[in-house]
Amino acid sequence: MAGRRVLITGVSRFLGLRLAKRLEADPGVEHIVGVDLEEPPIPIQGLEFVRVDIRNPLVARVLEATKVDTLIHTNVASTPGVMGGRSQMKEINVIGTMQLLAAAQRAERIDRVVVKSSAAIYGTHPAEPSLIPEDYASRPVSLHGYAKDCAEAEQYTRNFGRRRPDVDLVILRTQNVVGPTVKTSMTRFLNLPVAPTALGFDPRLQFLHEEDAVEALALALNGPRGIYNIADEGVVYLSQALRLLGKVELPLFVPVATTAANLLRRFKIVDFPTDQLKLLLFGRVLDITRAREQLGFAPRYTTRETLLDMRDHPAEDYTPEPNARPTWEQELFEYLRRRNQEKELTR
Amino acid sequence: MADAEVIRLDARVRRPSGPSRPQARMRCRATTSTGRPCRNYAVSDEGFCKVHASQARHPSSSEPTVRISPAADEHDPEGDGFVRRRARGSYEIDDFGYDRDLSREVLLPLTRPLYERYFRVRTFGVDRIPNHGPALLVGNHSGTVAIDAVMVNFAVATEHPMERPVRNVGADLVYQLPFISHLARKTGAAVARDEDALELLRRGELVGVYPEGFKGVGKGWRERYKLQRFGRGGFMELALQMRVPIIPVAIVGAEEAFPMIANVKPLANLLRLPYFPITPTFPLLGPLGMLPLPSRWLIEFGSPIPMDDYPDDAAEDAMLVFDLADRVRDTIQQMLYRNLQRRGPAFF
Repeated sequence: MAGRRVLITGVSRFLGLRLAKRLEADPGVEHIVGVDLEEPPIPIQGLEFVRVDIRNPLVARVLEATKVDTLIHTNVASTPGVMGGRSQMKEINVIGTMQLLAAAQRAERIDRVVVKSSAAIYGTHPAEPSLIPEDYASRPVSLHGYAKDCAEAEQYTRNFGRRRPDVDLVILRTQNVVGPTVKTSMTRFLNLPVAPTALGFDPRLQFLHEEDAVEALALALNGPRGIYNIADEGVVYLSQALRLLGKVELPLFVPVATTAANLLRRFKIVDFPTDQLKLLLFGRVLDITRAREQLGFAPRYTTRETLLDMRDHPAEDYTPEPNARPTWEQELFEYLRRRNQEKELTR
Repeated sequence: MADAEVIRLDARVRRPSGPSRPQARMRCRATTSTGRPCRNYAVSDEGFCKVHASQARHPSSSEPTVRISPAADEHDPEGDGFVRRRARGSYEIDDFGYDRDLSREVLLPLTRPLYERYFRVRTFGVDRIPNHGPALLVGNHSGTVAIDAVMVNFAVATEHPMERPVRNVGADLVYQLPFISHLARKTGAAVARDEDALELLRRGELVGVYPEGFKGVGKGWRERYKLQRFGRGGFMELALQMRVPIIPVAIVGAEEAFPMIANVKPLANLLRLPYFPITPTFPLLGPLGMLPLPSRWLIEFGSPIPMDDYPDDAAEDAMLVFDLADRVRDTIQQMLYRNLQRRGPAFF
């Protein structure tokens, strides 16, 4: 059997980029196509980069032209800042997923779809199970922001699965990704010299090392279909996390803490979406038994080691800056014309 | 240290239990590989901790001190003292948030005066709790604030031969309150949900439940020591499903510590609390009124009730579950009456 032909969305963002690098060396992967709005900040051998907006129906043509059989959707993003504001973020997260899956439904070669969702869809409530299992998400909760995006993206994914039962569908609900090169609101918060916390609340936190996240996505290429919680083993208290990182904790009375979060956002220090603030009150820990047993997921790092790795190996920020919108449509047409010419030549 | 003729004030609390527990909590006199003194408690007669005792008996070379890798020293990985360990965050918590280090070094010592001097707690049958493996402690809940659970935890954590932590499962409300929520977690509590209790039992823990819930702690003075309805029997299903023994626990003394003479319902509704207590001292004396009265306490652990002889689908049989739950309730009620008589006057 020939190797897989993989299409990765969000290939210029940290997770997609690292996944592309990881699959480059994978003998089971024959060809990698990366899709994003910006060029990947570092060149990757053997990656065919296509500049396309997944919100545009033209993405269907890309799926067809590249003859991919596997779709990895990593482009559901949590930080509004990088995406150019909350409304833009919602567009990309929700409408992007919708269009992409609509295109995938038409593409007959596709036999596997992997969607990176998030633990955020479980919401944040003080009395949820101490270790949240996958089937806990079925209860009604009111979600906002990123969590709502993820829930809607998963909904579209499930609908897609119903219409294309022949496709193996894998949904990964990842815990907050943390590591030396990741830049999210969580890592920025953890890297503040003085971190404001809520007085009287010390939540249990669980993280996912970036390498483990990439590994989980790679495993999803071949694992059995299903929904999996992806996180590192072990938990730390927020207070403990800050001490491990050598930061100072500044406990604030809860209303004051909310104001502090708003100030941090206004001055562009930490862009912590309000819907994620509750995480710093009550925490959220996933039960990863299913991923371990069925997917064969064996995280290299524990939550605590993840923090220590981030502390000991600070790396340069390589998340691309949101620059001016490219004339991607033109480039896409160029690309498709080139492909068609090739087809003509080989015929 | 000869303790023959000395009348010890704390004799009934620090029960001698074999040579493995020296009376004075000596520290280990070995040195770790990092050159720091090992700060584990000594367990052997030579003054070494569990880790170093075996190596002291078989010295491998002519080295003057025992050296081991720091990783082997599980509760003190870096060989630091408590304060440095806390400041650097180098301590382990389990998935539910149980912070053994903090419990042992700070929270239990803080509870000790309350347990020994103030409430003068006497415990019976603590050795009926198995040394290993899962079990379900089922107790009566009383005393307006759930201080009874704290006392039971202290009793098992200090007087049981294995010093086991009791993993209570607490109501939702506990986890919404500032300070209380994470303190409860750090002492080993989890959420009163099937998922949590099952997982703790699966991990072989000792799980504590108080099936009366708020009906128990929030009942008036006239109802003292009368067991309320035992929830919906969820604890019974749990025990049958996991086939873990139930250990009935009777706690006498909590009712007099916070005697609730009235419940101001409108105020409770306003504050979204299950009840708003009026005690002889609260709110009359303000914050001072939140101090418990110095009642005399008795805690009895009953014989384990095995769950092995029931059919596989027993947990599905609602009638059987209710029947068994009622029997456990009766057992605890009888234990309560017996211990009330045994205690005598409540305060002196």
